[in-house]
Amino acid sequence: MPEPSAAKNTGAGGATLDVRVWRGGADGEGRYQRFSVPRLASQTVLDVVTWIQRHADPSLAYRFACRVGMCGSCAMSVNGVARWTCRTHVAKVIEGERLDIAPLANLPVVRDLVTDMREFFDKWARAKGQFQPTATRHDDFAVVRPESQARAQVDAAIECIGCGVCYASCEVVAWNPEYLGPAALNRAWTLVRDERDGARLDRLAAVSGDAGCHACHTHTTCTERCPKHLSPTASIAGLKRATALAIIKGDL
Amino acid sequence: MMRSGWANRGHPAFWAFVVHRISGVLLALFLPLHFLALSQAIAGAGALDAFLAWTRNPWVSASEVAVVFLLAAHFTGGLRLLAIEFIGWKVESQKALLALAGGGAVFFALLFALNLV
Amino acid sequence: MSTKGVLEREPLSSRARGEARAWVAQRVSAAVLALCVLVHLVTMIVAVRNGLSADAILDRTRGNLAWAAFYSVFVLAVGVHAPLGLRVVAAEWLQWRGRSADIACVAIGLALIALGARAVAAVAL
Repeated sequence: MPEPSAAKNTGAGGATLDVRVWRGGADGEGRYQRFSVPRLASQTVLDVVTWIQRHADPSLAYRFACRVGMCGSCAMSVNGVARWTCRTHVAKVIEGERLDIAPLANLPVVRDLVTDMREFFDKWARAKGQFQPTATRHDDFAVVRPESQARAQVDAAIECIGCGVCYASCEVVAWNPEYLGPAALNRAWTLVRDERDGARLDRLAAVSGDAGCHACHTHTTCTERCPKHLSPTASIAGLKRATALAIIKGDL
Repeated sequence: MMRSGWANRGHPAFWAFVVHRISGVLLALFLPLHFLALSQAIAGAGALDAFLAWTRNPWVSASEVAVVFLLAAHFTGGLRLLAIEFIGWKVESQKALLALAGGGAVFFALLFALNLV
Repeated sequence: MSTKGVLEREPLSSRARGEARAWVAQRVSAAVLALCVLVHLVTMIVAVRNGLSADAILDRTRGNLAWAAFYSVFVLAVGVHAPLGLRVVAAEWLQWRGRSADIACVAIGLALIALGARAVAAVAL
């Protein structure tokens, strides 16, 4: 990224941002470090973090990849709310001149703004978030009508890219360490409603109990925060119905 | 590990949860008192009347209205949850559901309070 | 090449099954209570219209099988619903989980049903 020059600075009249960035290690000890960052027009929070790392402190650790809102790698806590920093304009979230940037909540911190995502993906696996095939190469293609209710429900939830914003935003995840979380449960729902999948009961078992869908209290914070406008709340409600039916029928 | 703060929680459905949980806990604490009060009737109508006379104290009356509000709030909030979970009411229409639930609770409490005075 | 995939058949643990059943019981009792509470709210609002007195309450309830049955169902539903709700609050906000919490939950339920039954008997019998 080129140096901000006077010609490029069409922002708020040469103003600077007062940015506080959380610095620290895995031991949990950390503090906010302040930086003065030039304010530019159409600046995103990722632009700010990148400027700090390139011009102020090269030791700052952070993650990004696509920087265009497709991969979800740049998710961080911005003024207390989990967001994709590449899709968050500074002008939209700034409080006065102040911007607080911290790592995602509910996840162990590796360093600075980087969190350890292993638990997030482990819970995905524990929710049986993998497709279980039932056909072979010798079988004909499965015919799945896109307008069927089941497929419509899958389509409404399938676009999750595993960014972790919902998991970081969920209060139940903070209160209940075993809770699988909105993303894992949302993915499980897409498979429960996939007519080709062969592990329905296993999956319903995996998402039952205090660690599963039954711990969701419909705060809907996940749905509020999802950058892809998915509704894990609706998916989890679907799992509640499916597991309740299975329990009443004696299948679980 | 960072904890999400109040900036993350300050949205209507979360407050609905807080009201639902707090009202539930308070109602659970209130119930034994309610049952004990009604059990006064075992000793006859006179014993129950003596207790009811005490409840005419304005502070107690105000608390009764509060308890009715808690019951109504827990009831309407619960209906909202059952609708989302079992009828699959879209979470996006949550604001309508919340308004219904909140309004309904206030309605019941007001009716009770107006009849009490 | 096997198409069995990576998922082995894992039965639901008995703890998770119990928790899931508790959730179903919570929702079923909630539905029952929805009806009971509606009736109760309306009854209360009508009852306090003419001032609340022991005679007014007991005239309505004494020796009345319908009210006795109604309040009995109400008490049983509360005896299921309240402790299960408190159990979740204890687990999430007090970090109190496990056997001792489950025992406290059952104890609270039994206590509420006992007190409630006494109250129903007091006004209905």
